Amino acid sequence: MLRTLAQRLVQAVIVLAGVMLLIFVMLRIVPGNPVETLMGEHANQETISRVSEEMGLDQPLHIQFFRYLSSALQGDFGTSFTLGKPVSRLLRSAFVNTLILALFAALFAWIIGIGCGVLAAVTKNRLPDRIFTGFSLLGISLPVFMAAMFLQYVFAFRLHWLPISGADSWTGFILPGIALGWNSAGQIAQMTRVTLLETLQEDYIDTALAKGLSPARTVVRHALRNAMLPVLTMMAIQLSGLLSGAVITETVFSLNGLGRLMVQAISGRDIPLLQGTALFTTGIVILGSLAADCLYAVLDPRIRKGG
Amino acid sequence: MPLSGRKKTDALASLALQSQLGEEIRFRDRLRRLARENKTAVVSAALILVMALAAVFAPLLTPYGEKDMDLLNRLSPPSAAHLLGTDEGGRDVLARLLYGARISLLVGVVPALLSLLLGALLGVIAGYRGGWADALIMRAADITLAFPSMLLTMVVMYALGGGIGNVFLTLTLVNWANVARVVRAQTLQLKNSEFAESARITGVPSRVIMRRHILPNCLPTLLVLFTLNIPASILTESSLSFLGLGVQPPYASWGLMINTGRQYLFNAPWLCFVPGAAIMLIVLAFNFLGNGLMDVLDPRQQKS
Repeated sequence: MLRTLAQRLVQAVIVLAGVMLLIFVMLRIVPGNPVETLMGEHANQETISRVSEEMGLDQPLHIQFFRYLSSALQGDFGTSFTLGKPVSRLLRSAFVNTLILALFAALFAWIIGIGCGVLAAVTKNRLPDRIFTGFSLLGISLPVFMAAMFLQYVFAFRLHWLPISGADSWTGFILPGIALGWNSAGQIAQMTRVTLLETLQEDYIDTALAKGLSPARTVVRHALRNAMLPVLTMMAIQLSGLLSGAVITETVFSLNGLGRLMVQAISGRDIPLLQGTALFTTGIVILGSLAADCLYAVLDPRIRKGG
Repeated sequence: MPLSGRKKTDALASLALQSQLGEEIRFRDRLRRLARENKTAVVSAALILVMALAAVFAPLLTPYGEKDMDLLNRLSPPSAAHLLGTDEGGRDVLARLLYGARISLLVGVVPALLSLLLGALLGVIAGYRGGWADALIMRAADITLAFPSMLLTMVVMYALGGGIGNVFLTLTLVNWANVARVVRAQTLQLKNSEFAESARITGVPSRVIMRRHILPNCLPTLLVLFTLNIPASILTESSLSFLGLGVQPPYASWGLMINTGRQYLFNAPWLCFVPGAAIMLIVLAFNFLGNGLMDVLDPRQQKS
């Protein structure tokens, strides 16, 4: 098991380096001089070349890359052009908001997803199953921006139950959390239903029922526990989707998170900020999938004892 | 001995053709089974067809043009004259929806097809050649898949600039990796099958084996991937357009309609919810159809 994990770790480092290089190169092929954009149209040529030199932009590309790499490894992502603050500090405060948002979304997705999945599985092919399965398909097909705007319109604008936007208090995270978690809830529900149905056919379920356990207890204690393994890993993989969706959700609800920071960076043509957010977010995803692999290895005795 | 070599190739080619014909018959049978057993998939296919036809014949279905402004009727709610209301420029929402369907469907189909071609090509090379080609292609796929898709498309769109051609390119760059992984896995299995083995022994060049023997056997899988990649592309494009990074005016995709309609969410909600419902419907239809195809084409799911 340790060997597999070590291999995965090496692989993660390679991928992270590749991601860094890709982002770096892509942002350098953008037409237009970033310094000219930064200084505005009134700057003269002399100032532009002086600032370029100060920022190290006159150096060859590979030297720029290794400079960026070494400072990024020390937690320094440069200074934002448009906001005038260190990117690392902006990332830190945005990360907190995105993390809270993702936690709300995950909580919603777990409760609704597992709940619907279990209810659908135990009523297989009957009316409740069809309703819950339809509901989860709706969850998968509903675009994040639609869910977000619909919730905002109904619960914030029409009913005034929750704030329309902003993160002044924790209630501001409820609607964005539901909007963001909607998709995952659908996926988790489907996955739970399928794996639970498979587990329910195992012999030990018959044994449990035969020794007189109630059906509800059998499902929760014996079937669900074993069915949760694939679902658990899927949840870790969904991190990537959550961070993608966060871009949209944060925009709709004006939450200052990583996604909104990235949209701001793009509209302001703010390369250090865009580079930092892209790298940071992708890094989280890579770490997340690494963690999922470890979790899987720890939880599944077949893998734990096998390798 | 070039002649006998060619003869052998021809003989093998006809053998492969036979097996392909056999495959085709079974394939047709499976589609028939899909039509018989999966009503949802049939309804979905019909819905997709209707939407595609409506997009093509848009001028016949509505008296309004997609850019016809009517400043006296701005933001008017759905009525007999404007079935789905009008937008901030007094343009008919139904007309824009029909014309927008052209772009949105195109944005779904073209990148799905391109990423299928690219992914299949790279996947079969990686699986068949192995070695450094495999390592290179699969690491590139890993890197592509490591990005949250929204983030990668945003960065690429930023680097390339907006416009429909760049949307195609970006979505292709995002979606190829999944296809390549699946095709590689299938190639690894097929590579050691008897027919590939016998072709190799008789000296058929690798290029021909990949094209004639391996790729045709991946076709059912590719069809499923294609059907499921379309809604993914439509969703990504609409998210990009929602942020103003996707298709640019004068083209109108459904996502772009939502982007402009968002400012009026609270006084003219139909501007967002009508194209949003259209996106949801088409995505749902493609997903149903793709899942149905997967059920009948995936050998693991076959009921013998």
